[in-house]
Amino acid sequence: MKAAVLQFPGSNCDRDMVEGFRGAGFDVATVWHKDTTLPDGIDIVGVPGGFSYGDYLRCGAIAAQSPIMRAVADFAVWGGHVLGVCNGFQVLCETRMLPGVLMRNARLKFVCRTEPLIVATSDSPFTRAYEAGQQIEIPIAHHDGNYQIDDDGLVALRGEDRIAFTYADNPNGSRADIAGVLSANRRVLGMMPHPERAVEAAHGGTDGAPLFAALAGALVAA
Amino acid sequence: MTEPTITPEIIAAHGFTDDEWAEVNAILGRAPNFTEMGIFSAMWNEHCSYKSSKKWLRTLPTEGPQVICGPGENAGIVDIGDGQCVVFKMESHNHPSYIEPYQGAATGVGGILRDVFTMGARPIAAMNALSFGQVDHPKTRQLVNGVVEGIGGYGNCFGVPTIGGEIRFHPAYNGNCLVNAFAAGLADTDKIFYSAASGVGMPVVYLGAKTGRDGVGGATMASAEFDDTIEEKRPTVQVGDPFTEKRLLEACLELMETGAVISIQDMGAAGLTCSAVEMGDKGGLGIKLTLDAVPQREENMSAYEMMLSESQERMLMVLNPDLEDQARAIFEKWDLDFAIVGETIAEDRFLIIHGNETVADLPLSKLASTAPEYDRPWVETPAAEPLADVPQIDPIDGLRALVASPNYCSRAWAYQQYDSQVMADTIRAPGLGAGVVRVHGTNKALAFTSDVTPRYVKANPVEGGKQAVAEAFRNLCAVGAKPLATTDNMNFGNPQKPEIMGQFVGAIKGIGEACLALDTPIVSGNVSLYNETDGTGILPTPTIGAVGLLDSVDDLIAGTARDGHVLLLVGETTGHLGQSALLYEVFNREDGDAPHVDLEAERRNGDFIRDNREWIGACTDLSDGGLALAAFELANAAGTGITLDVADTATLFGEDQARYLISTSFDKAEALMIAAGRAGVSIVTVGKVGGEAIRIGGSEAPLAELSDIWSSTFATHFG
Repeated sequence: MKAAVLQFPGSNCDRDMVEGFRGAGFDVATVWHKDTTLPDGIDIVGVPGGFSYGDYLRCGAIAAQSPIMRAVADFAVWGGHVLGVCNGFQVLCETRMLPGVLMRNARLKFVCRTEPLIVATSDSPFTRAYEAGQQIEIPIAHHDGNYQIDDDGLVALRGEDRIAFTYADNPNGSRADIAGVLSANRRVLGMMPHPERAVEAAHGGTDGAPLFAALAGALVAA
Repeated sequence: MTEPTITPEIIAAHGFTDDEWAEVNAILGRAPNFTEMGIFSAMWNEHCSYKSSKKWLRTLPTEGPQVICGPGENAGIVDIGDGQCVVFKMESHNHPSYIEPYQGAATGVGGILRDVFTMGARPIAAMNALSFGQVDHPKTRQLVNGVVEGIGGYGNCFGVPTIGGEIRFHPAYNGNCLVNAFAAGLADTDKIFYSAASGVGMPVVYLGAKTGRDGVGGATMASAEFDDTIEEKRPTVQVGDPFTEKRLLEACLELMETGAVISIQDMGAAGLTCSAVEMGDKGGLGIKLTLDAVPQREENMSAYEMMLSESQERMLMVLNPDLEDQARAIFEKWDLDFAIVGETIAEDRFLIIHGNETVADLPLSKLASTAPEYDRPWVETPAAEPLADVPQIDPIDGLRALVASPNYCSRAWAYQQYDSQVMADTIRAPGLGAGVVRVHGTNKALAFTSDVTPRYVKANPVEGGKQAVAEAFRNLCAVGAKPLATTDNMNFGNPQKPEIMGQFVGAIKGIGEACLALDTPIVSGNVSLYNETDGTGILPTPTIGAVGLLDSVDDLIAGTARDGHVLLLVGETTGHLGQSALLYEVFNREDGDAPHVDLEAERRNGDFIRDNREWIGACTDLSDGGLALAAFELANAAGTGITLDVADTATLFGEDQARYLISTSFDKAEALMIAAGRAGVSIVTVGKVGGEAIRIGGSEAPLAELSDIWSSTFATHFG
């Protein structure tokens, strides 16, 4: 299994995501934002957290226009798997690979803490190692994690069981407590919480590890 | 370009005394021009020259087998074994933060991060020690919000975990808040970069962001007292760009791998001037700069402005000319400026060319080495008046008052605005004493803490100085880390007042004694003087940042108290209430002496904790608020009640030093008692863990009630 983790100039969780994938048995390549193609034989693309281009405008807006994101969008169109975490989720929304937008947190402050999440569906290659309804603890760290979507969009997400995670105790004002959503083909996941920060005992919790393990299992089988 | 005529007003505005100005003229054998005057003022102000403090800083212990590089470079370097080292320093950004809190604090973080990565170290941890005025002062709310957001805004984007710090409130900081930023980085011991230039005719390269007019004269501003013209000083505060800093970090580390860097120095206070002089002076070389080549983001900048600009995210480097193309390519990859702006020269000259004209021609070594040094008059701080009677207080009432006070409530409101987990190596998050990060890719870890109790320092500078080091030592021992070394950030008032200078001298003496006794040499530091507004000084605040090593993450003491545990108090209790938190918060009194620090006991008790970690369930050191507050903190972290078999106010709230509170099972408690007997360490049982209430003496309250107050107080004030 091979993963590619993107590197924007302001990515700062790229190394953490690389190690999250490696820990689950992936070979990982890092891909520079100015590149126009992904390496051959990639099973999944990781879009990591950070501040892609400083995010002085809307978070992820400039990254969405970067050369490598065109390649990632193509990869997804052809059925490739993509995981976007935190800033990566913002980038995926800005490229319209996922619906909705991420606005400034309702309390207008950056928030970093470990947060209880509810696994809303186990029907995806990312979440199949969890039970639907299971509560897990995953760190969050963001200023703009307030997920918003229009009424029709929310009906669609619910109807298609595409809400991957919800917050048990909404920290940012997200509509319907949404913490992560899936694409229509269920192969693209964007989430604000950082599963890669909870994969080893030393992190104080390992609830993120099943996500990477599930991916490894799903992609081997594929 | 026409330069202004130098008038006595302009000379005074640049901070020169009459004697200093005469000295400048004598060194040159002529009158300096306007640009040259600016360069001298930048090098000779208190902030850059340490002219009032040098004499005393030299007395600090700075050596030890663990020390690779002590004070004098951008940051101190300490060996952590296996070919790796930790590089760290703490620095103040007090004056800018008071004038413009967000940018002041942000650029404080940016500056200290650059100090660390300019030496070749990747930053792995940051902390911030903050002092604000009283909570209901009209400026405090804005300052707290702005400073905390600025720290988060910069550190979060840059991508360094902020894992600790302090926040205090006291009216003495009403007109001068303190923002002390700490950063630590990790490097290989054979890949450290220093600032000394070498080789004649080597290219001097400018790296990073473009130069603007921001911060012109910042270092001079930071060396003056405030008065009611403070609003006029806002343009001297720099603006931070953490995204550029992040790229500068990655580009510099990549560049260092190539072998192209002969020496490198970040541009901090007094920007281009200070960095160029530093590199030349340390290398025994002259420097020639051509300002036309400096990347500029504003038009028509004068030589004076460029030499004194404090634009952020810039570095100066002496380059190996054979690798120029490779070096340039790295900076182009990261979309950063890379410009050859000068060269090293053999003569002792600091030669500045602008528009084909020589705009400054100064003897370089004199700029640094002949900076004035003062032996300022000082008077010993008089012994504190003895403590007046302190009435007994209901233990729960006393505890409730502490947890409801802005000084001792939870700091989560602030530290949750900082990313404490980026890099995925944080193994002990903020809020529980020292923060701990794993050394990436190894099983080792580093612990970080910052401490000082300014009330103590004011009452008794020597004991207060000792106490700051001792408390830092204790915080490290309480998580099982071996204290390695320290950095000092000395924040004081006007050194031209003998009583303020006396505080400084006393604190240095205490810090020196403690660092020697506890084997934690000072390896870096910073002095911030003139923290006064309209003639009133701050509490003397020598912040100590300390670093400790855990050989294995398994050695971390990070457990929580459990139902059925017993509570053991390590260290002697006499019930010292002078200058205590209880006295200040409950009785609104600041009298009595600071607690005495027995450095032998500190060392013995700290060693005892580390040597016996296997018997320890949970551990916390005792500091402000004494036994009662420490017990509450253990109970709160565990979410379980405790009972203390003590009712006496002095015993519960006294702040005797060298003490730890341990929670552990009955069997392990016995083993600890035996070990303590052997080690000559005082240990007593003071209570037990269990239930849902805090019971002290005959009094009690539900833990949930006290925890709610503790958790919500900060937001109530600053929301």
